[in-house]
Amino acid sequence: MSNISELSLTKIINGIKKKEFTSEEVTKSFIDQSKKSKKLNTYITECFEEAIKSAKNFDKNKNYKGLLSGVPIAVKDLFCTKNVRTTAGSKILHNFIPTYESTVTNNLWSQGAFLLGKLNCDEFAMGSSNETSFFGNVINPYGEKLVPGGSSGGSASALAAGLTPATIGTDTGGSIRQPASFTGTVGLKPTYGRCSRWGIVAFASSLDQAGPMTRNVEDCALLFQAMSGYDSKDSTSVDTKVDNYSSKLTDKVKGLKIGIPKEYKVDGMPKEIDDLWKKGIEYLKDAGAIVKNISLPHTMYALPAYYIVAPAEASSNLARYDGVKYGHRAKGKNLIEMYENTRSEGFGDEVKRRILIGTYVLSSGYYDAYYLKAQKVRQLIKNDFDKAFHDVDAILTPSTPSSAFKIGDKTNDPVSMYLNDIFTVPVNLSGLPAISVPAGYDKNNLPLGLQLIGKAFDEQTILNLSLAIEKRADFNKNFKVWWI
Amino acid sequence: MTEIKFDYFINGEKEKWEVIIGLEVHAQVLSKSKLFSSSPTKFGAEPNTQVSLVDSAFPGMLPVINQFCVEQSIKTGLGLNAKINLNSVFDRKNYFYADLPQGYQISQYKNPIVGEGEVVLDMPYGTKKVGIERLHLEQDAGKSIHDMDPDNSLVDLNRSGIALMEIVSKPDLRSPEEVNSYIKKLRSIMRYIGTCDGNMQEGSLRADVNVSVRKVGDKKFGTRCEIKNVNSIKFMQMAIEHEARRQVELLESGKKIDQETRLFDTKKNVTRSMRSKEDAHDYRYFPDPDLLPLHLDINLIDKLKKELPELPDQKKERFIKEHNLSSYEANILVSEKEISEYYEEVVKKCDKKLATNWIIVELFAVLNKKNLSISQSPVSAKNLSALIKMISSGKISGKIAKGVFEKMQIDDKDPIQIVEKEGLTQQSDPKELEKIVVKVLSKNKDKVTQYKSGKEKLFGYFVGEVMKLSKGKANPQLINQILKNKLK
Repeated sequence: MSNISELSLTKIINGIKKKEFTSEEVTKSFIDQSKKSKKLNTYITECFEEAIKSAKNFDKNKNYKGLLSGVPIAVKDLFCTKNVRTTAGSKILHNFIPTYESTVTNNLWSQGAFLLGKLNCDEFAMGSSNETSFFGNVINPYGEKLVPGGSSGGSASALAAGLTPATIGTDTGGSIRQPASFTGTVGLKPTYGRCSRWGIVAFASSLDQAGPMTRNVEDCALLFQAMSGYDSKDSTSVDTKVDNYSSKLTDKVKGLKIGIPKEYKVDGMPKEIDDLWKKGIEYLKDAGAIVKNISLPHTMYALPAYYIVAPAEASSNLARYDGVKYGHRAKGKNLIEMYENTRSEGFGDEVKRRILIGTYVLSSGYYDAYYLKAQKVRQLIKNDFDKAFHDVDAILTPSTPSSAFKIGDKTNDPVSMYLNDIFTVPVNLSGLPAISVPAGYDKNNLPLGLQLIGKAFDEQTILNLSLAIEKRADFNKNFKVWWI
Repeated sequence: MTEIKFDYFINGEKEKWEVIIGLEVHAQVLSKSKLFSSSPTKFGAEPNTQVSLVDSAFPGMLPVINQFCVEQSIKTGLGLNAKINLNSVFDRKNYFYADLPQGYQISQYKNPIVGEGEVVLDMPYGTKKVGIERLHLEQDAGKSIHDMDPDNSLVDLNRSGIALMEIVSKPDLRSPEEVNSYIKKLRSIMRYIGTCDGNMQEGSLRADVNVSVRKVGDKKFGTRCEIKNVNSIKFMQMAIEHEARRQVELLESGKKIDQETRLFDTKKNVTRSMRSKEDAHDYRYFPDPDLLPLHLDINLIDKLKKELPELPDQKKERFIKEHNLSSYEANILVSEKEISEYYEEVVKKCDKKLATNWIIVELFAVLNKKNLSISQSPVSAKNLSALIKMISSGKISGKIAKGVFEKMQIDDKDPIQIVEKEGLTQQSDPKELEKIVVKVLSKNKDKVTQYKSGKEKLFGYFVGEVMKLSKGKANPQLINQILKNKLK
C-alpha cells in the first residue's frame, strides 16, 4: 500500500472511514516513506513508534467522530508537544521536552489525528530557506540543491514528498506561504487571532499565526477548520465562530471582485512571475470574478517596517532562553558569563542578528526613530488594505518574487534573503488572512504560487478563489523521486 | 496654645537646607492569584510551589490579565482621589536577571491605569497635601537566594508574577516624619479598601525613596538619589536623614551630586552607591504584544466607586461632625481600619465621648503594655461597650469601672456579671445614702461645727467617709447633694 502516502488528506480520511485501509496501514505508509527520505532532512524528531501505537488504538476503537479521524500528522517543531522534544530548530532548546501541548496541536488531536513527528524549520522561525536550523538544511523535493523555503521548510518539503498527509506551520512574515509556493503545496496564513498562539514558541507575537499546509485546497479548508478556534489562554485570540469551511468550500466565485495591486509589480520581477500573475487573473475571470486594479500605496515600506517590528519583539521574546530554567546551559564563572556563553553557543547567526537589530531599535534614543515609526507605517499599511477592501473581496498577488533558489545562494546576503518575503510581509503587518496556491511552473519546471489576500476572518472567500484557480491551473506534482 | 510650625531642615555648616522627598511605593495587590496567571499567591509557601508555566516563562506561554487585580488597582486609585484612565497599556521592561524568568517584567510605562491623585496628611502643623503622580500595575520578580549554597545562587519563583501596584508620589514630602505619615496613610487607605494588606515584614509594602536637597528659598530641585530596598518606615526615615546629610556635606564642600541608585546599609547607617546613571539599565520598554491594551468601562468604575467603603478621611470628618470628637481623637480612631471598626462597634450602644476616652486612654495603655494590636485586644468591643453603658447610666462609678476593666482583661469577662457577682453596683438610692450621710455626720459632730464656722475644706473629708462606709459604691454626685443639704 505504498501509494497511500500519495493520497490527499481528504481521501485518506474517507478511505479510513470506508475501511479501504486502516489507520495503521496509513501510518506505516507515511513512516515508510519518511524513513526512505532521510536525505531531505525534514524531521527533527520522529515519533513513529508512538504513531503506530496511536493508529492501532484508533483501529481498535474506530471512533470516526473527529474531522481528522485516524490520520498521522507531522508538525513544525515550533509547536510544543507534550512529552515530545520541541526545539524550534535551535541548539538552545535541543533538549527541551514540554510538559504541555499547544492549543493548535491539541485541537488536531481532539479531532482524531495523532503526531507523526516534529518537522525541521529555521531557527525560531527566522529564515526564508530553512538554512538557519541547528538541525541542518532541508532539501526541496524539486531539486537536490534547492531550498524548500522557510521558515516552515521541513513542513513544506515533507508534505510535497509524501512524508505526511498534511501539516501545520507558522507564518510571521511568509513562513507558510513562501515554502508552500516553493514546493507546490497549499499554505494558508489565517487572520491574526483565528488560531491560538498558546504553546507555540514565539518569534514575533504580533505577527505569528499558525496555519494549515496541505496538498490541495480541499484539504486546506478541512485542516484549517480543525485547528482554528478561540482560546482564552491567548489574549489576542478572537472569539468568533469557526465556520464549516469544508462544507462551504466552492469554486463558484462569480461576481467576486478581485483587486490587483499595482505596487506589487516590483522592479526586476522575473517575467515568468508576471506571466503567472496574468494567468491567475485569467483563471479568475474565467470563473466569473471581476478583476479591478487597486493601489496599496504604502507597500514599499512594509519590508523595512517588518524588519524592525519582528526583530524588536523577537529580541524580547527570546530573552527567556537564558540557561536558567530549561534548555541549553553553558558554564560560566558568574551569572553574566553563564548568560553570555549560553546564548553565544545556543543561538545561531541569524537569530543573533535579529536579537541585535531588535535590541538596537528598542534602545533609548532610537525607539522613536525606528520602532515607533515602524508601528505608524504598519498602521498605514493596514489602512491601505482597509480602503482597498471597500472595493474588492480579495486581492491577488504572486506569493514570491521567484521560485525556489539554490542552497547557499542568499546566505551571505541577508537583505536579498529578506526580499523574498516582499509579497507576504504586508499581510502579517495587517493581520489579514492569505493563502498561497500552486498555479504554475517557471522555465526550470519549479512550482510557483499565487497569493490571495482576504478580509479579516473571511478565509472562506480566499479558499473558494484558490479552489477556482486550482481547478484551472492544471498543476500537477511533477518531480521525479530522486532521493530514494 | 502655641502654634507648631514645620521645622525639618538640615543645618549645614554654611546654609540651611530643605529636603525634598518622593516615594515609589510597591504595594502587593491583595488577590488569590497572580497578575497574569492563576497561580496562588500565598506567602511563606515552600519554594517554587506556587509557580505555573506562565510564571516560569516556558516557551509559548502567554499572559492573561487577572480582572480582579485590575479592579483592585482601580479601587486603590479611587481611594487616592485619582483619575482612572479608561485606556492603559502593558509594556515590557526588558532586563536580564536570574529571578526574572521572562527576561522582562510586564509593567505599565507610558499609559498607567491610574493617573494623578492626592493624599492628605495630618501633621502637627496642619494638613499637608501630597500629590500622587500615578499608579500602575506590574508583575513582581522572583527571589534570588545567595546564602544557601556555597557555589550557586538559588531562585524561588513563588513571588514571580504576583501583582504589584507601584504608587509614585510627587516630590511633595519634606521630612522623614511626613514620609512616615504618608506611608501610614497609604497603608491605611489600602487596608480600608482591602487592596493591600500593607504587611511590610512580608514585603507586601516596599518603597524606593528619592531624596534631594536644596537651599531654603531655592525654587529649583537638586539632583536626586534613589535609595532602594528600604523595608521599614524606621529605616526609611533613617536613610533619608543620612542621605540628606551626605548630600548637604557634598554640596557645601563644592562637590556635585551624582544621580544614582543607592542602598541603605542598616548596620552602618549609611547609604552606598549601587549603580550610577551611566550604568543604569536601558529597559527598552515597548508595548507587550501578547496583551491587548486595557480598555475600562466607565460603568465598572462607577460600580466600584459605589462599592468603596468609607475611607479614613471621610470617617474622620463624620466622627468630628456626628460624634463630636476632636480632630486629634478622630485621627487616632480612623488611623487603622481595625481601630475604627472596634470604636464603631463600641459606640453602637453607648456614649461616644466616654467610649473615645476609654479606648484612647485605658484600652491603648493595656495594648501598648502587652504589645498587642487592636484585633488582639483582650477586651472585646461588646464588653467594653457594656462597661461604658454602666458608667453613663450611673450603675457603677468611673473608679469602680477601672477595677472591673482590670478583671475583664482575663478571658474577656462580661462586665455586667463581674459587677453583679461582686456587688459593685453604685448606690444611688437617695434614702439609703441619706442614712449613711446622717451616720457620718452624727459621728463627727465636732467637725460639722468646724465646717459650719468656715472650715469648708472638711467637705471632702465627709465625702470620703461616706464613700468608705459605702465601700466605694455610693454615687458621688448624690452624696454631694445630700451632704450640702444636711450641712446648711
